[in-house]
Amino acid sequence: MFTINQLSFGYNKRTGNLFQDFSLELNAGNVYGLLGKNGAGKSTLIYLMTGLLTPKSGNVTMDGINVRRRLPQTLNDLFLVPEEFELPNLPLKQYVAINSQFYPRFSMEDMQRYLDIFEMGNDLNVKLNNLSMGQKKKLFMAFAFATNTRALIMDEPTNGLDIPGKSQFRKLIGTGMTDDKMILISTHQVRDINSVLDHVVIIDQNKVLLNTSIADVMSRLAFRSLRQGDKPIFTQQSAMGDVVVVPAQDGEETAIDLEMLFNATIQSPESINQLFTASK
Amino acid sequence: MNFKDNKAIYLQIADRIGDQILSGALTAEGKVPSVRELAAEIEVNANTVARTYDHLQQNGIIYTKRGLGYFVSPDAKEKIVATRRDQLMQGEMDYFLGQLKAVGITPDELQRLYSDYLAK
Repeated sequence: MFTINQLSFGYNKRTGNLFQDFSLELNAGNVYGLLGKNGAGKSTLIYLMTGLLTPKSGNVTMDGINVRRRLPQTLNDLFLVPEEFELPNLPLKQYVAINSQFYPRFSMEDMQRYLDIFEMGNDLNVKLNNLSMGQKKKLFMAFAFATNTRALIMDEPTNGLDIPGKSQFRKLIGTGMTDDKMILISTHQVRDINSVLDHVVIIDQNKVLLNTSIADVMSRLAFRSLRQGDKPIFTQQSAMGDVVVVPAQDGEETAIDLEMLFNATIQSPESINQLFTASK
Repeated sequence: MNFKDNKAIYLQIADRIGDQILSGALTAEGKVPSVRELAAEIEVNANTVARTYDHLQQNGIIYTKRGLGYFVSPDAKEKIVATRRDQLMQGEMDYFLGQLKAVGITPDELQRLYSDYLAK
């Protein structure tokens, strides 16, 4: 659905390019987790993907159309939930009535269902200024899912959500995701989204260090306590003894710890790359 | 649902469904929730649930009726009991017996302990 071709971009000459000949492909039917350290360029990449920034060279296309052209057919099929945003001071109902016009597949029925998941569905006349930041985020995400755009991109969606909010957010993805959609979640809060991803993309210093499905990670790596004879790729000390990332052996399948996967990839990109490019 | 360390999530979900069949919450020939219903309920990716259902189907625990969804196989309970028995014998039992040996518990003592346990 999205193709990022040889993209180069930098904010100014002095600091140089954040991306240089950067390429990546994202397909429908997947929930992607975009992981990277602070300053790795996650938000910048998102703004480039949604046509808000102009690349120095290369381009990003959605279904073959350059997103930077900002054509209606692109913009009405693409929704961005930034980390921070402002909402106008309107009653919720009116906000929805005005903004849903831009999205041909918007469904009020879905909107109500998603507001109910967030326990915000009772008062559609509430003024948006009377909502807390977390409530605004819930409302905005419910709207984002209800537009039924095929591409949904969210920057740190769980930031600012209360404790039930994080679980409600996962329910929202479980309910709102369909095979024709692509969801991209950029985040540091990997524990919040661990169970909802299909695919993980780790970027660092202008490189895609890992870009693979959760099923592939599970077939190649095991996350567990250290055993005799292990050659760990990554070791983390814990109160219960060492926990390690090791190549999966004899078909062992463990739950994936995204935090450890991220740390292992950043610390030993070559070992990870070797393991994931080897044929099984 | 909390995810235990170590076991792949799709297998943990399979265990959960197995528990529900053993406890009677899901009955033979009863309908299993759809992939999306269950994904939303337990907050996991729909493809993970699809993988669980594939796995359960391969093991004959559930089956599909075209266009109607997934249903519990008539002999699901027996199959789950048999599988869990195998797993217990190969995995935890071995460890447990090793521990018994290490602290010197005799077969007679073990027999008495287990008889007492069953009588509780």
